[in-house]
Amino acid sequence: MGGLLSYFSGLFGSKERRILILGLDGAGKTTILYRLQVGEVVTTIPTIGFNVETVTYKNLKFQVWDLGGQTSIRPYWRCYYSNTDAIIYVVDSMDRDRIGISKQELVSMLEEDELKKSVLVVFANKQDIEGAMTVTEVANALGLPALKNRKYQIFKTSAIKGEGLDEAMEWLSNTLIQNK
Amino acid sequence: MLSLKRDKKEEEEGGGNPFNNLEKSSVLQEARTFNETPINPRKCGHILTKVLYIINQGESIGTTEATEAFFAMTKLFQSKDPILRRLVYLGIKEMSKIAQDVIIVTSSLMKDMTGKEDQFRGPAIRALCSVTDHSMLQSIERYMKQAIVDKVPGVSSAALVSALHLGKGSQEVIKRWVNEAQEAVNSDNVMVQFHALGLLYYIRKTDKLAVNKLVSKFSKHTLKSPYAYCLLIRIASKLIEEEDAGSDSPMFDFIESCLRHKSEMVIYEAAHAIVQLKNTTAKDLAPAVSVLQLFCSSPKPTLRFAAVRTLNKVAIKHPAAVTACNLDLENLITDVNRSIATLAITTLLKTGNESSVDRLMKQISSFMSEISDEFKIVVVQAIRSLCAKFPRKHNVLMTFLAQMLRDEGGFDYKKEIVDCIIVTIEENPEAKEAGLAHLCEFIEDCEHTVLATKILHLLGKEGPRTPTPSKYIRFIYNRVILENAAVRAAAVSAIAKFGAHCEDLLESCIVLLERCQLDTDDEVRDRATFYVNVLKQQQKALSSAFILNGLQVSVVGLERALHQYTLEPNEAEFDMKSVPLATQPLAEQKVRDVPGEAPSARPAQDKVAASRQDVYQEQLAQVPELANLGTLFKSSQPMEVTESETEYYIQCVKHTFSNYIVFQFDCTNTLNDQLLEKVTVEMEPAEGFEVTKYIACQSLPYNKPGTTYTLVRLPAEPTQVTGTFACTLKFLVKDCDPQTGEPDDEGYDDEYVLEDVEVTVADHVQRVMKPNFAASWEEVGPENELEDTYSLSTMSTIEEAIKNIVQYMGLQPCERSDKVPEGKSSHTLYLGGVFRGGHDALVRAKLALDSSGVTMQLTVRSTDPNVSEVLATAVA
Repeated sequence: MGGLLSYFSGLFGSKERRILILGLDGAGKTTILYRLQVGEVVTTIPTIGFNVETVTYKNLKFQVWDLGGQTSIRPYWRCYYSNTDAIIYVVDSMDRDRIGISKQELVSMLEEDELKKSVLVVFANKQDIEGAMTVTEVANALGLPALKNRKYQIFKTSAIKGEGLDEAMEWLSNTLIQNK
Repeated sequence: MLSLKRDKKEEEEGGGNPFNNLEKSSVLQEARTFNETPINPRKCGHILTKVLYIINQGESIGTTEATEAFFAMTKLFQSKDPILRRLVYLGIKEMSKIAQDVIIVTSSLMKDMTGKEDQFRGPAIRALCSVTDHSMLQSIERYMKQAIVDKVPGVSSAALVSALHLGKGSQEVIKRWVNEAQEAVNSDNVMVQFHALGLLYYIRKTDKLAVNKLVSKFSKHTLKSPYAYCLLIRIASKLIEEEDAGSDSPMFDFIESCLRHKSEMVIYEAAHAIVQLKNTTAKDLAPAVSVLQLFCSSPKPTLRFAAVRTLNKVAIKHPAAVTACNLDLENLITDVNRSIATLAITTLLKTGNESSVDRLMKQISSFMSEISDEFKIVVVQAIRSLCAKFPRKHNVLMTFLAQMLRDEGGFDYKKEIVDCIIVTIEENPEAKEAGLAHLCEFIEDCEHTVLATKILHLLGKEGPRTPTPSKYIRFIYNRVILENAAVRAAAVSAIAKFGAHCEDLLESCIVLLERCQLDTDDEVRDRATFYVNVLKQQQKALSSAFILNGLQVSVVGLERALHQYTLEPNEAEFDMKSVPLATQPLAEQKVRDVPGEAPSARPAQDKVAASRQDVYQEQLAQVPELANLGTLFKSSQPMEVTESETEYYIQCVKHTFSNYIVFQFDCTNTLNDQLLEKVTVEMEPAEGFEVTKYIACQSLPYNKPGTTYTLVRLPAEPTQVTGTFACTLKFLVKDCDPQTGEPDDEGYDDEYVLEDVEVTVADHVQRVMKPNFAASWEEVGPENELEDTYSLSTMSTIEEAIKNIVQYMGLQPCERSDKVPEGKSSHTLYLGGVFRGGHDALVRAKLALDSSGVTMQLTVRSTDPNVSEVLATAVA
């Protein structure tokens, strides 16, 4: 009886964690979302607005919001900040031209009050392509070493190949459980 | 405590609307719940329903509030609950018009429309199209094309209908979807086929040839969907109408073939289309009408209703065609559905012939007690038109109306009946006595003061001239004893009229009126005292002027004149002749005889509005040069003195004063490259007339009306009143830029010849209705009488002669003498009016029709000998 009860409480007690996937357009956010959800690469078109899916990773449920990265959509990100447990910030490691803009967006986002307690995971995506920036390059370009009062980690990933996502999610789940 | 009580009460009432007392701000406050995680689908669904409810109640929500609520609502996409999701689609559609940045849901909706859940796909398409503007249209185009040919009917239909809506914004994009729509027309699903045909038609709408092809293609290849058939019939009938084609058109053949379709809906649509066509013969109509006739006896109320409603409309245009259905329509009078019954009756009344009136009335009376007042009014209006159509049937109809008067009913209903009886009495002399008797009976027990006074006035007017006037006096005097002050006063006036008109009743009337002098109400006493004193003089002229014919001045004018008089105290007495006369409405108001038309079609006859003439008077007084001409006697109708399509468009209005005529020229310059200045109309006066002043219009820019006046002194010789004036428009032209209107500095003089303006006898005469012509005739007396006989050889009928005489003399026909009873070869026309200077003018024209034309004996009486002469020579 008692075992059954604890089983139920475990099931219901595990609250869905809310995660935002953000980043500039074409960084690979939607591909990452569906790679996490169904484990496959789907063809995507530029996201006008958002996609929201439930992702289960090791008995943990995540409610993942993938917000469009186009310049016209970015102002609406803030509408979805509240109650966010973690931010996955995706960077196109090939896009050296816009890494500066990516940094600006990241910095101004992290200044938001509503995101004060959110964990930050940076995906240096598209590592499968030759000539991509290394993790360190990306981290420095985004100014990550200067971050204070923030739990963060950066991973090199390739959404197409599915590399690096597991490690990142592993770190994220552990961090979120510890945070509880 | 109080709210608790109310809650309890609401509960007890049960079934009440749970959303009844929603307040916008609290609902929007609640909508913030959408932001919470995890989502509670039940709770959020309920709140979203409230939001939808207040929007649909017409509550206006500001953009900021709406946008906030909209973004909160987008959070609901995380829930997979099907009910909540579909509510979200509805919410998006409603808010897409009031909130900003609604494109934020685009990706989510696109995912749903291509997803696995079929019940999400259609609604998602609709919602998506409501948030998409045409700049975004291209990004969803591929998905829309796929959806149109989707094998799920709901998805395909949703895409087709949404495409139609999108097409209103940008026709271009949806034109590229033709191939997909073509494919969808072949669908087995009736709705998809219908919607696809609709879209195809919409895309080709502007190309007539393509529409023609469309119809002929699909009329051959059999469509499955009856809805699509109905649409095709509508398109075909529109084509016939546009081409103004008749029944020989291939389109017509197609519509006619649809009369034999197996679906009732298609048959009805075809029949409806045929009877609505313009160029149809009786033969073309017959099959359609017989189909409708068949529907009249259908067990389905909708079909019966549709059929009778359509027949009702046809009855106006083709009464003969509907006559065949009369029997079936009569059966519908007893239909349990009262809408069907009323439509059936009004149709029958439109098509019925004289012989069926009795039977019809009997049938109507059997159910009059069961229908509401509004329907009863419809019936009364139908009877009214019957009275006009079949004057010989007045007996049956009057009896029926009297019966209705006795029954229960509201004011509007009773008023309609009384109006109907009054109109019938006026139109049909034979119905007069019976009608008056019914009205007398009605006022014995009438709770509506307005109706009672109206009837008493009518009794006073018509009663004295009946063979036995004495019998009405009892009814009238009863009112003096039993009624309220307003009715008593009206009764006193009525009695006085009997006394003035019937000498043998004078004594008795005076006695009755003297009793009324003891009344408790001031107005009643005043009237009685006044009438007693007038009547005791026993002078015809006095009685006529003060009792029988009453005031003839414009009420607005009188008010203004009296006000003026009190402001400037004067030794002289107030002169009634200085008050402008009440203008008679020129056209008889015929609208009221259209049955089924809303009674509001009868405009403000009773309202004391400022007349056209009062407006002119005010306008002229604004011009300083024209301010001292005295009272405006008459303004003519505007008359065009240029062709309407020429460079300058000018209308002339003649204003007659006692010694002057003012010609008002309203000018419009239709040339955009000219500015006219110092515009005047130079007039070549006829003999005896003298132009004394030109008042120029200083500037006449393009398309801005301006006015110039020419003042002319009338001849001193009083019998010289007519003349023709040659007119020339004189002005200074400055060329100007058509775009900016900027004129050149230098201009040049120019002129433009206008049509001649004529001053006729009618310009010197104001129409005045003499309700009792004989009394007025006696009042003026034979002192200045002139008589002559004329042969009007150009006139072939008496009606034509009357029309011309009235037009030429500008006098008012009295006692309905302008209406000639059918088949009479002789007739007397009575005309009344006032000549410039305030002289009464009366004309009696005895007309007789013979082989050589119309012979007229014209007798003119007036208070001024010159006026008699002018009028007598006017016809010559």
